[in-house]
Amino acid sequence: MKHDDSTSARPRTIVEKIWDDHVVALGTDGAPDVLGIDLHLVHEVTSPQAFDGLRERGLRVRRPGQTVATVDHSIPTTDRSLPIADEIAARQVSRLEENCREFGIPLHGIGSPHQGIVHVIGPELGLTQPGMTIVCGDSHTATHGAFGALAFGIGTTEVEHVLATQSLLQRRPKTFEVRVDGSLHPGVTAKDIILSLLSRIGIGGGTGHVFEYRGSAIRAVGMEGRMTICNMSIEGGARAGLVAPDDVTFEYLRARPHAPQGAGWEAAVDRWRRLPTDDGAQYDRSICFDAGELTPMVTYGTNPGMGFPITERIPDPSHLADANQRDSLRAALEYMALTPGEPILGKAIDVVFVGSCTNSRISDLREAARMIRGRRVAASVRMMVVPGSTEVKRQAEEEGLASIFREAGAEWREAGCSMCIAMNGDQLSPGQYSVSTSNRNFEGRQGKGGRTFLASPLTAVASAVTGRLSDPRALL
Amino acid sequence: MSAREPFSSVTSSVVPLPRNDIDTDQIIPARFLKTVNRAGLGDQLFHDWRYLPDGTPNPDFILNRPEMAGRAVLLAGDNFGCGSSREHAPWALMAWGIRAVISSSFADIFRNNALKNGLLPIAVAPDVLERLFALVEADPAAPFTVDLEAQEMRLPDGSAIDFEVDSFARRMILDGTDELGYLLKLEPRIAAYEASHPARVSTLSVSPEA
Repeated sequence: MKHDDSTSARPRTIVEKIWDDHVVALGTDGAPDVLGIDLHLVHEVTSPQAFDGLRERGLRVRRPGQTVATVDHSIPTTDRSLPIADEIAARQVSRLEENCREFGIPLHGIGSPHQGIVHVIGPELGLTQPGMTIVCGDSHTATHGAFGALAFGIGTTEVEHVLATQSLLQRRPKTFEVRVDGSLHPGVTAKDIILSLLSRIGIGGGTGHVFEYRGSAIRAVGMEGRMTICNMSIEGGARAGLVAPDDVTFEYLRARPHAPQGAGWEAAVDRWRRLPTDDGAQYDRSICFDAGELTPMVTYGTNPGMGFPITERIPDPSHLADANQRDSLRAALEYMALTPGEPILGKAIDVVFVGSCTNSRISDLREAARMIRGRRVAASVRMMVVPGSTEVKRQAEEEGLASIFREAGAEWREAGCSMCIAMNGDQLSPGQYSVSTSNRNFEGRQGKGGRTFLASPLTAVASAVTGRLSDPRALL
Repeated sequence: MSAREPFSSVTSSVVPLPRNDIDTDQIIPARFLKTVNRAGLGDQLFHDWRYLPDGTPNPDFILNRPEMAGRAVLLAGDNFGCGSSREHAPWALMAWGIRAVISSSFADIFRNNALKNGLLPIAVAPDVLERLFALVEADPAAPFTVDLEAQEMRLPDGSAIDFEVDSFARRMILDGTDELGYLLKLEPRIAAYEASHPARVSTLSVSPEA
């Protein structure tokens, strides 16, 4: 390592340590630092224009071996033996296949046992490791921060930069400590922690910062819970969010296909143990709350910061002092067709979506299956369960989870982003309400005119079986 | 895209969009991201606000007023461009004709994407933003000048407001050069870095179909 604790007297945060270790060139004369990138994840939607840029300049991909591609956003989650019916989506997928072939990038395409949502397969394959810099043309790249990596979303121009140079021009971010101590009550999950944070700081509250999630509640939710939390960092405006690695991290990573082996493993763990933030390191901002005070959360508005405990009533815009906030809430409630003062519990719903890079991993599916077992999806509800990867799908089928979902009346589908982004035909009809385990409730996000309540997998299942927004604690 | 037209200032009447937290799903809905091109996204800008369910223009949406055509400055509420990393958002804004967006804050990824395309994200204090909306309300056709060279905005009431912008991005936009050219010139530094920082993983070491 270029810098380590012994040569640096000043206590540093994990973000500063990772940054210092990846500086290719310090910015001079007003230029940003140039940061080396360890892993570049590529998918079909944000890459074609970047590959075109390379061709226009006659450039190659500098490090194909630090680049990996998959298809997730625009692919169908129905029968994979059939060709993609949507011609435009089909062309985008075949363009990625051509680009990967031409530039020598490994692709986990349709039919591959490793295909899946890009933020699910990176950790699954052991490509995501502590201390790395990881980028992807996708704002939910912060998911990989759960391993103590500095992982952030980039635009297509930056995708081109990384393909060509394996580096990026970046300004050093500010740091934001999010400390969650105490323990969660039964029925309250990692998703509720992050939705609670977002409701406290708002959708722009972390802009310009990287979140570092700390505290006993973060340690206790396991790697997949940490991924759920880091995943939604961008919903608080932070491009990245991370958790310092610990034994839980190492145990999860050990023996995965790309994890270091043998003596290399011991050396890597030694290196990773030096990553956590030093005592006395300073954060630019901090927030702290107690997990024991949390209840299941749900969003009621049209951005992920508009959330509250599921037992509350719809807020009244006229009670807000700030005119802009009043207008925002009014517009949101109008779109959602919700009335100030009404309880959100009991609101009739049409669709339940369990999936997305936020909540589609095996532990999410196990939790959801445990609750739905022996129950039925309400007749008025369509429930879709979309595993995050082909491997998660295989595992869930092997464990019998898939048949539990099917027997309950839910659809069990192929891996992809699906109704989180509604690019592939999996979408709400205008006016429909969904309870969704995904990350965004923006207007039209799940289909034009569709209305989204974001919640945990447990809340989603409880709502599916009752046909109404329901508190999962009643079904435990 | 290697080089583009140098850009230093724009003078235009303003498109006011007084709404906070305008996310990139509103700027360009995800179903239009299946394109493999950068061009041609102007018709999809703000699509679901701009068109009624039957596909006809929504007469109540500001962008559909005839006098808005050709305007190059967008005045928007706080936290503009939040949400996804899609660069299609600045591409769509620019394809419609927008060259500068003024707000009290921008989402980080949107700001980066905008600057890399020569679209100016101009952040002003919240009280200044309110004043700008009031100016536009008083005189909807009044021209604003956004001068990147001078880093100031000149307003219809004769006043001027300084603004901050990333100094490096400013230089790139003024010169009409791009950042990839700058990075490529650092190749020896990148090679030296790689020599002292062995790759942490190889995506090639396990066969994709293994």
